[in-house]
Amino acid sequence: MKLEVKKLSKKFNNITAVNNISFIIDKNSTMGLLGPNGCGKTTSIGMMLGLIKPSEGEILFNGTKADTANNIDILSKLNFASPYIELPKKLTVKQNLEVYARLYGVKNLNLRIEEISEDLNIGQFLNKKNGELSSGQKNRVSLAKSLINKPKILFLDEPTASLDPDVGDFVREYIEKYKKNNELTILLASHNMSEVERLCDNIIMMKEGSIVDRGTCKELISKHGRNNLEETFLKIARSKNELV
Amino acid sequence: MNWSKIYGLSLRHIYLIKSSFPRILDLIYWPSIQVFLWGFISEFFTMNSTYYSDAVGVILTAAILYDFLFRTSISYNMMFLEEIWSRNFTNLFIAPIKISEIITALTLTAIARASIGLFPAALLAVPFFGVSLLSLGPPLLLLLISLYIFGITLGLLVTAGLMRFGPSFENIAWASLFFLAPLGCIYYPIEILPEWLQIISKCLPLVHIFEEVRSILIYDTVNYIQIIKAITISCFYFMLGVVIFYTSYFGAKIRGTLINIGE
Repeated sequence: MKLEVKKLSKKFNNITAVNNISFIIDKNSTMGLLGPNGCGKTTSIGMMLGLIKPSEGEILFNGTKADTANNIDILSKLNFASPYIELPKKLTVKQNLEVYARLYGVKNLNLRIEEISEDLNIGQFLNKKNGELSSGQKNRVSLAKSLINKPKILFLDEPTASLDPDVGDFVREYIEKYKKNNELTILLASHNMSEVERLCDNIIMMKEGSIVDRGTCKELISKHGRNNLEETFLKIARSKNELV
Repeated sequence: MNWSKIYGLSLRHIYLIKSSFPRILDLIYWPSIQVFLWGFISEFFTMNSTYYSDAVGVILTAAILYDFLFRTSISYNMMFLEEIWSRNFTNLFIAPIKISEIITALTLTAIARASIGLFPAALLAVPFFGVSLLSLGPPLLLLLISLYIFGITLGLLVTAGLMRFGPSFENIAWASLFFLAPLGCIYYPIEILPEWLQIISKCLPLVHIFEEVRSILIYDTVNYIQIIKAITISCFYFMLGVVIFYTSYFGAKIRGTLINIGE
């Protein structure tokens, strides 16, 4: 599914959180959304997920503008994972997955839960309460929830934050593998530059609500004359407020 | 409306109740304590008041019914607060469910939670105080329906406030029913209130419900017009509650509070 954002802005009273951003994520590609804290990444994702009403601009999914009339249909093709939101702690992993499978109208939900549990290696704690899991286990469960409906577009907000290198690598590898075998467009917001280099086809750099640069990873590194994406990020983040 | 999604949302709360014995105990404990507290007060008044001497347990019946209203409203609020406390709010609001489906699921699950408290309390009142809710006869069902609709309405208004003002509105959730109790004339006739307050009270369904309870238990007369009035007023407030809930939801989308309400 192709995602197109056109001249999107969001103002909270007199503060501009997102300022006239436009970009296209082609079907089956991964876009990295980078920027320092408070640059408008979460607000942008919130608007794409229908949680925040844009002040201006539009969001199109496969050419269809998202509005209240087709909101349910569009939402059934999206999903989101973030370590900053959780699943109910008192429910078991299986109960949580069952609830969300029902909310997303998943057919053969037991089969789907079995399938995703096996893929993400969470089968051994399906009957454990979510609150009793380690961060790594919770993270995999959150990813399982975000893929329960086989989304066409997946929004990932720092999917490997606070994970040890082993689990982080497992998650990144799984996302790569899943994407290879399924039709999936990804928007990835992350502060882990090696993760972005590994997973993303294109990158958008945001600063103070605006897009200040964009391109492939290699293009951005060479354009700014740096050795890697981390150095490039620092250069852009610390530069004055001009568009690069 | 997609009933499978409504069932899915209800299932989340059913699992939560089933998984925790202290939660079930909590649902039963407070209504049962109310029965004993008001049971003894009721017995005292029966022995010392001419007004209540012909109808043992008027106060206790009113207390059980009021507690049903209280539990319905609190159940509704609690289910919404559970989503905020568990930081599950964003997951819920990005799922492809309609607001009407969320309201329906919470409304249906609230009756289950409230009933868990109502039935043991109502049963305890029979052997300990000789008071049965069934003595209200067939109107009991209509009175419970009216209380249920009004309880849900209060729940809707508080959850709308939670979306508008965030978790800090939580305290209002607990205080909302205590605020209405004096005007509801639960334990005393409406004539006790000053005239200007009587006018306000009559705009609430509670007055009509509890006046009718006293009328049935003390004078043995049923006034169906009073009951229909109570249901009509409850339905009016319910519709108003739905409008306010929707307004609050769309307002929260504009203010961007849905994305960080649990933080």
